[in-house]
Amino acid sequence: MAHEIEAIQDPGIPAHVHRKADNDPAAAKQAERQVAILFLLSALGTILFIVSYVAIPEDIFVFIPVMGNTNAHQLFLGLGLAFSLFFIGMGAIHWAKTLMPDEEVTVQRHEFRSADEDRDALVATAKEGAAAAGLGRRSLIKRSLGLSLGLVGLSPLLLLRDLGPLPGDSLSKTSWKAGTRLVTDPGDRPIKPEDLEVGAVAQVLPAMIPGQDHRALSDIGKDAVLLIRLRPEEFNLDAERLSWTHEGIIAFSKICSHMGCAVALYEQQTKHLLCPCHQSTFDVTRAAKVLFGPAARPLPQLALALDSEGYLVAKQSFSEPVGPSFWERSS
Amino acid sequence: MTARERIAGNVANYVDERTGAAAWMKKNLNKVFPDHWSFLLGEIALYSFIILLLSGTFLTFWFDPSQREVVYEGAYQPLSGLKMSAAYASTLHISFEVRGGLLMRQIHHWAALFFMVAIVVHLLRVYFTGAFRKPREFNWIIGVGLLTLGIVEGFLGYSLPDDLLSGTGIRIAEAIIQAVPVVGTYIAFFAFGGAFPGEAFIPRIFTVHVLLLPGIFLALITVHLMLVWYQKHTQYPGPGRTEKNVVGYPLFPVYMAKAGGFFFIVFGVTTFIAAVASINPIWLYGPYTPGQISAGSQPDWYMGWLDGLVRMAPPLETHAFGHTISWNILIPGLIVPGIMFTGLALYPFIESWITGDKREHHLLDRPRNVPNRTAIGAMALTFTLIALINGGNDIIAQQFHLSINQIMWFSRIGILVLPPIAFVITKRICISLQRADRELVLHGKETGRLVRLPHGEFVEVHEEISPEKKWLLTSHEQSGALELPEIDKAGVRRTDAIRNKLRSRMSQANAEVAPKVSVQDLKEIEHH
Repeated sequence: MAHEIEAIQDPGIPAHVHRKADNDPAAAKQAERQVAILFLLSALGTILFIVSYVAIPEDIFVFIPVMGNTNAHQLFLGLGLAFSLFFIGMGAIHWAKTLMPDEEVTVQRHEFRSADEDRDALVATAKEGAAAAGLGRRSLIKRSLGLSLGLVGLSPLLLLRDLGPLPGDSLSKTSWKAGTRLVTDPGDRPIKPEDLEVGAVAQVLPAMIPGQDHRALSDIGKDAVLLIRLRPEEFNLDAERLSWTHEGIIAFSKICSHMGCAVALYEQQTKHLLCPCHQSTFDVTRAAKVLFGPAARPLPQLALALDSEGYLVAKQSFSEPVGPSFWERSS
Repeated sequence: MTARERIAGNVANYVDERTGAAAWMKKNLNKVFPDHWSFLLGEIALYSFIILLLSGTFLTFWFDPSQREVVYEGAYQPLSGLKMSAAYASTLHISFEVRGGLLMRQIHHWAALFFMVAIVVHLLRVYFTGAFRKPREFNWIIGVGLLTLGIVEGFLGYSLPDDLLSGTGIRIAEAIIQAVPVVGTYIAFFAFGGAFPGEAFIPRIFTVHVLLLPGIFLALITVHLMLVWYQKHTQYPGPGRTEKNVVGYPLFPVYMAKAGGFFFIVFGVTTFIAAVASINPIWLYGPYTPGQISAGSQPDWYMGWLDGLVRMAPPLETHAFGHTISWNILIPGLIVPGIMFTGLALYPFIESWITGDKREHHLLDRPRNVPNRTAIGAMALTFTLIALINGGNDIIAQQFHLSINQIMWFSRIGILVLPPIAFVITKRICISLQRADRELVLHGKETGRLVRLPHGEFVEVHEEISPEKKWLLTSHEQSGALELPEIDKAGVRRTDAIRNKLRSRMSQANAEVAPKVSVQDLKEIEHH
């Protein structure tokens, strides 16, 4: 194939065309001045940078079309730095293009493959070395070395063990227990059913236990619950799930059953909950059944009841783990 | 001799007497590099990396990579008195109280985006021109490694400020880890030091982001460039350019001035954009808490395709024997990307297996002359683009008043149907372009000048193209399909018949071209 006769012959590299500055000293002088001007523009940029740093206060905002209100300090600092860098580059390239040699040079390549005798010699050397070390004969050494090298690789893995605790059943547990009051987030106020109008939605957390003054984010990540009030006749639930609601108030884990984002978008008209991360859509009237998107399970529902003072409480803990799936999850 | 020349001579003498580097230096200062704008794409990636090192170092002087809870009392009033992590508070401090801090943050973020754009466009250039062929397969694999690391490094970088948006990204990453069968829960608990989000993750990824990955980057970039240097750069075909030579400009002084100047231009343009275009205004998002989220949550563009795949996944989970396998996360989050990147890394070997071509190649291909490869590239691009579009389906739905559900169904169907269509169309376009080239060589270019012949016929005058252009259009190789008979010379059916059949099929598809101008064609035209 490589020897086929080409229909068209290679005409070779085209003749070089000289630039104006190559022959005309005046043109060369002009190019030199242009390069110098570009470098001087860069210097001006640095001066702008220094002036902005020292003289423009940090809290001055200027209105610039398209950009809107802009912090003048950061803007002029940036413009100064940008000009100082950009024009150095322009100067250098203009210099190279107008005044440095522009005649193309041709050099030859060579194949990377070594000469045959070198390759043979390498193979011979490798074989000789291997034979001298007795790798082939002494299989006991070979195997025990393999074993110890393999085992040595375990040590760093073992050392990483203390990176974190074992999961245990912590993914399956939340702070919600029978009788835990629902409190507003933020505000930590207990909630009575009449606080929520029909159509309202609220984010709630379990009331802190006595002595607790702080919530860990990892707890909020499992405990966050959405409280939604509909008209009771709008529900389409089985008897058990209906008994988990209270006067049209229904509660779901706010942590998406797909990848754990907060399912925060509630559409009042359609009574759909939408997760803004991957658009899984859940039907509130049907126990958060998945209508659309990648989520494979409904949001877990929290059973509600009233305590003796008339505040909303959890009737029991969540009946299944909240949040994204994991290997040990059974349903 | 001027004083300056004497000093230069003394320095050279000093260095050479201690290293013996004179011969080596002389050879390398005269190293020839071919010139083409598309060779600057990799340079942009390199310079962006340097900008990232410089701006990133500046940011570490104030950034506090800690998830310890603090109460914010800084300059930004709307968040005053709020509880947040020290990481978020220190990012606010850099943005509002350190002079030039916001500018540096924006330079760092923009440079990261340009870094990834440059890597991807450079990869496309290398792919479509066949620069990955022997002897450059190693460098291709290193490049794929750099792309992969770049995605990870970028993700870790925008996760560090611990704002509401980035925390949501970490939440998703944790869910992907947790979805790995058998060990996922354990790996997630080890990585996060307990349940998500914990207080360990940001300090840990900070070390990975500023030390471990940049170190690996430096090592890989060094090898990448050394191989380019040692193997000499590829060049585009053209008059006087062969597989055996390099035509271009010497490193010193022309290339040094141009490349050095280009670094400043990339730095200057990045700085200009960072000065005028806001990016990742974390003060608007607020501190991360797992119970909240902002609508329109979007990752940076180089993660967008992955997010788009996750969004379009069907809701599949298997529950059996007391365990759960989340196909809706595993397939789009790990399996499909795994196949994509493995295929990308192995492509040079697959192509050389199909063509049977084991020779060195230093002349680049014009994409039209290798229709199959170009079409495969178009197919892969279409796949990734649909995934990327679906990653922004909420934004698109909002901007164009469409339904998210419709966009999602378009993506779900389109990602299976459109890539093969892109393959067929691209291949046909390539072959048509080859035919057009053939016409140009045989009949010249149209001049638009109409001439009336003595007998009344009107013809358009065609003008012969230059010998240089003719050479460019005909110098490529057309090597035909492999011949892999099912039955060997002894009349026995070969044992690897199925593999051979597949290879033969692909080789035939690969060899489908419009025949280039032959000696025979030229003779016929002369008699015409």
